[in-house]
Amino acid sequence: MNRRIPAIMLKEVNHILRDSRTLMIVILMPIMQLVIFGYAMNMEIRGIRIGVYDYRDSALSRELVHKFAATESFQISYPQKPIGEMNRYFYQRAFHAFLIIPADFDHTMVRQNQAEVQLIIDASDPNAATMIQNYSFAVVNMFNDAERLLPIRVKTNILYNPDLKSAYFFVPGLIAMILVMISALLTSIAISKEKELGTMEQILVSPIKAHEIIIGKVLPYILLALIDAMLVLLIGKYLFKVPFVGSFPVFLAFTMLYVIVALSLGLLISTIARSQQAAMMMAITMTMLPTMMLSGFMFPIASMPKALQLITRFVPARYYLQIIRGIMLKGNGFAQLMQPGLALILMAAVLLILAIKRFSLRLK
Amino acid sequence: MNAEYMIRTEDLTKVFGNFTAVDKMNIEIMPGQIFGFLGANGAGKTTAIRMLCGLLKPSSGKAMVAGYDVRVDSEAIKRKIGYMSQRFSLYDDLSIGENIRFYSGIYQVPYKVAMERAKDSLKMVGLDLSMKVMTGSLPLGFKQRLALVCALLHDPPLLILDEPTSGVDPMARRAFWNVINSLAEQGKTIIVSTHFMDEAEYCHRLIIMRSGSVLVDDSPRALKEKYGSRNMQELFLLLAGAVNE
Ligand SMILES: Nc1ncnc2c1ncn2[C@@H]1O[C@H](COP(=O)(O)OP(=O)(O)OP(=O)(O)O)[C@@H](O)[C@H]1O
Ligand SMILES: [Mg+2]
Repeated sequence: MNRRIPAIMLKEVNHILRDSRTLMIVILMPIMQLVIFGYAMNMEIRGIRIGVYDYRDSALSRELVHKFAATESFQISYPQKPIGEMNRYFYQRAFHAFLIIPADFDHTMVRQNQAEVQLIIDASDPNAATMIQNYSFAVVNMFNDAERLLPIRVKTNILYNPDLKSAYFFVPGLIAMILVMISALLTSIAISKEKELGTMEQILVSPIKAHEIIIGKVLPYILLALIDAMLVLLIGKYLFKVPFVGSFPVFLAFTMLYVIVALSLGLLISTIARSQQAAMMMAITMTMLPTMMLSGFMFPIASMPKALQLITRFVPARYYLQIIRGIMLKGNGFAQLMQPGLALILMAAVLLILAIKRFSLRLK
Repeated sequence: MNAEYMIRTEDLTKVFGNFTAVDKMNIEIMPGQIFGFLGANGAGKTTAIRMLCGLLKPSSGKAMVAGYDVRVDSEAIKRKIGYMSQRFSLYDDLSIGENIRFYSGIYQVPYKVAMERAKDSLKMVGLDLSMKVMTGSLPLGFKQRLALVCALLHDPPLLILDEPTSGVDPMARRAFWNVINSLAEQGKTIIVSTHFMDEAEYCHRLIIMRSGSVLVDDSPRALKEKYGSRNMQELFLLLAGAVNE
């Protein structure tokens, strides 16, 4: 029986349990990243300042303003300066939008059964502007419902994200990013550290084979990365209230696959990098930016230029994101996720073989 | 090549870029010998040792170790060698017992056998410590003796020790050499590198290296007679002077 792989695994587990830095990378980093990125990217708008010019100032108009004020998203106030100075306010970013209620508001509402209010939105941040617009429509609709006056509704129908909660989109993206980054970081460090300390020389002088070192090093980290996956999933579910429609075993199976891809990438990096420092840098740059930009996390792949679309095919997170969005939001099972799953299997195989091939049993 | 040599090299050479670290080394080491590699920093001792262990591929020349060619059969050679690298290379964050378990694992020595051997070796090197003690908490002299214990777990016929005594106080060095002596008496062949010239006295035979070349290759007694010097320190200064001219 081969006793070398278990020997390396056992040693690695001991290192992990005793190294506060590894534990920090594994436990603290994902929590911090998810929370920080989560709140920073949370495009679910809050505290949007809306200035109200209510030229009618009737019970009905105040009711409408009330409806705006009642949402968590909007902070309503009445600007001091006249409406002509509105641009000033925008320049100073004192307000994100203005709601203007005309003097004939009640009149037209009762007479013609419809009324107009004007909403002027600062669109220097187009995403935010769209959000404000959508939220305002929603508020107006609530008002209509309550007053039973207007037959006209703004009808929006957003698939898979009915509450316009962007957390639904960014949490899977963050899970994909955190997992690939940490996994690649862990294995790249695990090997380059031994090179730096000189302990690798002592291992290489034994009759061990390259694949035994590699496999013994990877296995413990699969478990560790899966613990991480659970951690970010729990935070996503309980802190950001992202639903989980699909099956947990399916999630686990695909996550394991994705983690193996990332760990293998880390190993490959450690065969190239000369120092621990270099390995860490490479692991972070090779995983973080591509995952953010080229996986469909931040920008939809369909709207990228053709050349970039081609590059995204080499980004593991692209497939994993497709998979976990499918599982978490749509309840997809194995059958629907075959294609991205196969892509990940292929990537894992190629990276692992490359790492074993490149791993030299001799010193440089 | 003759199997009666434990090690035999023919013009063994290692070139890094355009720098020759080991230049046409020709040595013969007999079984049971304590063979010294002496030389100042950068003389090429470690590079030569690494080639003999199969850790570095020679640029040219040939080396047979325990009957195997280092270019072809490095794996077979690795089974025969117990190696202590120049840098202390046990794991500080593992206990003594865990280090022993790990090295017995990668040499596939059954755990029980390894433990028995470890106990004997620990006694031999004069370490009386609990297996639970953390390696990192030991003084350097203890660590080096522990590294030797680990290098002996698979009972190799050939021991290659790269500067095992550097950074160790004179008393401990002396004790370490006593251990090396008794290992040789058990029939092991031992290569020891050092830059302490006084340690040459403990060797059966030694080479002095400088800039990758072997300057002398003989027994300490023959060398002292030949150059008419009282001790190795004096001899070394003599030789160093000769080369400097
Ligand atoms: N991987 C390498 N690449 C380039 N040069 C190297 C490499 N390894 C060693 N050298 C050079 O080869 C020369 C011999 O080094 P080596 O380590 O063999 O000397 P040494 O006799 O063991 O010295 P020391 O007493 O310092 O251990 C040194 O000048 C060193 O800088
Ligand atoms: Mg050296």
